[in-house]
Amino acid sequence: MADQQTIKVSIKRQASPDAKASTETFEIPYRPNMNITSLLGEVALNPRTVSGVDSTPITYDSNCLEEICGSCAMLINGKAMMACSALVDKLLGAAEHGQKPDLSKTITLAPLSKFPVVRDLAVDRSVLFENLKKVKAWVPVDGSYDLGPGPRQVPQIQEQRYPLSNCISCTICMEVCPQFNDATGFVGAATIAQTKLFNMDPAGKVLKEERLRALAGDGGIQECGFAQNCVQACPKQLPLTEAISDIGRDVFVQQVKDFFTR
Amino acid sequence: MAATPRIIVVGGGLAGLSAVIKIAEAGGTVDLFSIVPVKRSHSVCAQGGINAAKDLKGEGDDVLKHFDDTVYGGDFLANQTPVKNMTAQGPAIIDLLDRMGVPFNRTPEGLLDFRRFGGTLYQRTAFAGATTGQQLLYALDEQVRRHESEGKVTKYEGWEFLSAVLDDNGVCRGIVAMDLRSMETRTFAADAIIICTGGNGAIFGKSTNSVVCTGSAQSALYQQGAFYANGEFIQVHPTAIPGEDKLRLMSESARGEGGRVWVPRDRNDKRAAQTIPEPERWYFLEERYPKYGNLVPRDIATREIFKVVYQDEMGIDGQPMVYLDVSHLSPERQNKLEGILEIYEKFVGDDPRKVPMKIFPGVHYTMGGLWVDFQQQTNIPGVFAAGEADYSIHGANRLGANSLLSCIYGGFVAGPEALKYAKTLKPQTGDGGHAKELARQKALNEALLNNQGTENPFKIWRELGDAMTKYATIVRYNAGLDECDAKLVELLARYKNVNLSDKSQWANTSFAFTRQLYNMLELARVIVKGARMRDESRGAHYKPDFPDRNDERFLKTTMAAFVNGAPEITYEEVDTGWIKPRPRVYTSS
Repeated sequence: MADQQTIKVSIKRQASPDAKASTETFEIPYRPNMNITSLLGEVALNPRTVSGVDSTPITYDSNCLEEICGSCAMLINGKAMMACSALVDKLLGAAEHGQKPDLSKTITLAPLSKFPVVRDLAVDRSVLFENLKKVKAWVPVDGSYDLGPGPRQVPQIQEQRYPLSNCISCTICMEVCPQFNDATGFVGAATIAQTKLFNMDPAGKVLKEERLRALAGDGGIQECGFAQNCVQACPKQLPLTEAISDIGRDVFVQQVKDFFTR
Repeated sequence: MAATPRIIVVGGGLAGLSAVIKIAEAGGTVDLFSIVPVKRSHSVCAQGGINAAKDLKGEGDDVLKHFDDTVYGGDFLANQTPVKNMTAQGPAIIDLLDRMGVPFNRTPEGLLDFRRFGGTLYQRTAFAGATTGQQLLYALDEQVRRHESEGKVTKYEGWEFLSAVLDDNGVCRGIVAMDLRSMETRTFAADAIIICTGGNGAIFGKSTNSVVCTGSAQSALYQQGAFYANGEFIQVHPTAIPGEDKLRLMSESARGEGGRVWVPRDRNDKRAAQTIPEPERWYFLEERYPKYGNLVPRDIATREIFKVVYQDEMGIDGQPMVYLDVSHLSPERQNKLEGILEIYEKFVGDDPRKVPMKIFPGVHYTMGGLWVDFQQQTNIPGVFAAGEADYSIHGANRLGANSLLSCIYGGFVAGPEALKYAKTLKPQTGDGGHAKELARQKALNEALLNNQGTENPFKIWRELGDAMTKYATIVRYNAGLDECDAKLVELLARYKNVNLSDKSQWANTSFAFTRQLYNMLELARVIVKGARMRDESRGAHYKPDFPDRNDERFLKTTMAAFVNGAPEITYEEVDTGWIKPRPRVYTSS
């Protein structure tokens, strides 16, 4: 590999949920336009550390590799990002397309820190899917048989709903949120955005009050500290803070209503 | 049978979720198995839209025209009756998705908007931006989550299907599956199973498919006695972004909204694309296909791009790439493509709103698959299949935006049919074959873990992908296919010496991958042998030595059976009862 340019990647590893974590560094062949998932593929082809120790391929979640399935979220150089769309050249300092990256820098990879580690870079994010059940994030259709077209909707409703429906459940908004922890039990921004999505649907809004009540009280929307990390970190640019503020208002109105009528 | 039939659905993409919804609604109990959380299934990658002849644009479209376009687009290889049924149900399926809250784009009057796609002259494709598959998958995922919260569905996410449990009469009684965390391998009982495990792009190494699209489940069933049909029909999509780890799809909707494919007329032209004046650009698709233009079917567009690059040597900068240009479109039209334009910008670094995209064809869709009858049942009693995993509907070439429809249609048929079958199923004798199949699968696991060879499975996979891409994609020659099969036999032999660097029994992804790899190798042979024996050109299958379609010999379904460790090919007549086969010509009407 005398002429082959290489880069170093330092990866936090953990064999199982209860095992101790350690760090391994790998040196792998560099090619332009690599992303973090192709880099992990290179490690699997030759899983030997820089100190010459035979190791194992890295366990991590991935599927679509085009930032739409939401699988491969991890900490890359300390920042929560999707591994597939994290480009190596950019991480190595090539700010603009075509500029030379600094191959002497080491890239670091670690699992998301707010979720239980399964192994290496794979974590258990099922809490989000449980949260979506709590807020009934669905339209309760009568059935899947043919009942004719749905109601007409002006394009403006679609234009507001579509960005929210782009949420890929990557949980990065939860990872970066200072309020998302065991102490608060906060549901996180993604679930709140989905609440807004379904409350805006002409048929889905039949469950609006139930959804708002699910977000009232401990762990609900009141836990948000308006740090606004979520909206900055979201890889799909969801209007998360706008959703939180809208749903926050709706929850408050619902609570007042419930106070007087229940 | 049991009081309540128990159905297992394998795969949580559009087809699997559709089947689950129908079974749950009808009062059945469903166990849903998926390698990934179902919301992360590959259906999420579909971009451009879903076809249904709702004729909301006043063009006089109707379901029979959709039927004809699909059969003609598939070069008459598809059995026509299921296609007719699917296209007839198209409008009702779109209405249902609309009612489920899919954020379809709207017209000013509040109706569903439609765009034009390849292989048709009608605006028949409903869409949600350029992330339609994602939006559809989410809508069905939400409905299934609702059924799950009501106790009708149990999800086994992070479990991989290994094989079917067959009793002494060859009737399916359940599955063997492996927990991808604990690596526990066990059997699950079922009265019927539905395989909805998608395509097999991973056999070609790099493709537009997701990591899980290995075809492993279909291959396992083929090795257990299921027919695998039309394996040689693999769609290579004309417009993908070449990449280090995968080929990222650039949806046909880019052309549906007015995108144009071109190369500089002068092969030595080094100017930046946007500075090349109009008369010095060669819009080769528009020139050769004045009627359909950039929206010829995919097999044709792919071959034209291939020719321009390798025969005419007109690729950009001598590279295997041509321009896909949307930079001239209005901001409104570009907005409808936002999702895919973002993908290009993120992964390539250029803004396609200003600069033409550089693209090349990439392996995209598996037209072939498990053979099924018109009730979506394979030849193994109790094993059903739907979606990309089965072979029906698309024949020799799939039309854009028909896949989402075929997945939902297939699931909607397979679900109720599986339930109907299960209700008449006779009780099993003994344990129904569970212990025997479990022992077989555990032995395979043990052998793999204890192997002391020297082969790295990821290296074998890379060689598999390279060989398949070289010999069995856009242009096929018999000599090359023979060479490819010899390579596959070599790789299967080397697989016996595979050595896992990771022998642990917790979340061992390379172990699971290596099991899939074996199945990929066996299925690759089906693809290659089917192609080798089909001495004609039809749809995506193109042999320069046999450039014409030969209905007399090959208007037939290829049926591969696993006999003595190798594919054995027979042929079955195609149902052409509705539309008489005619030459497929897109140059004029």
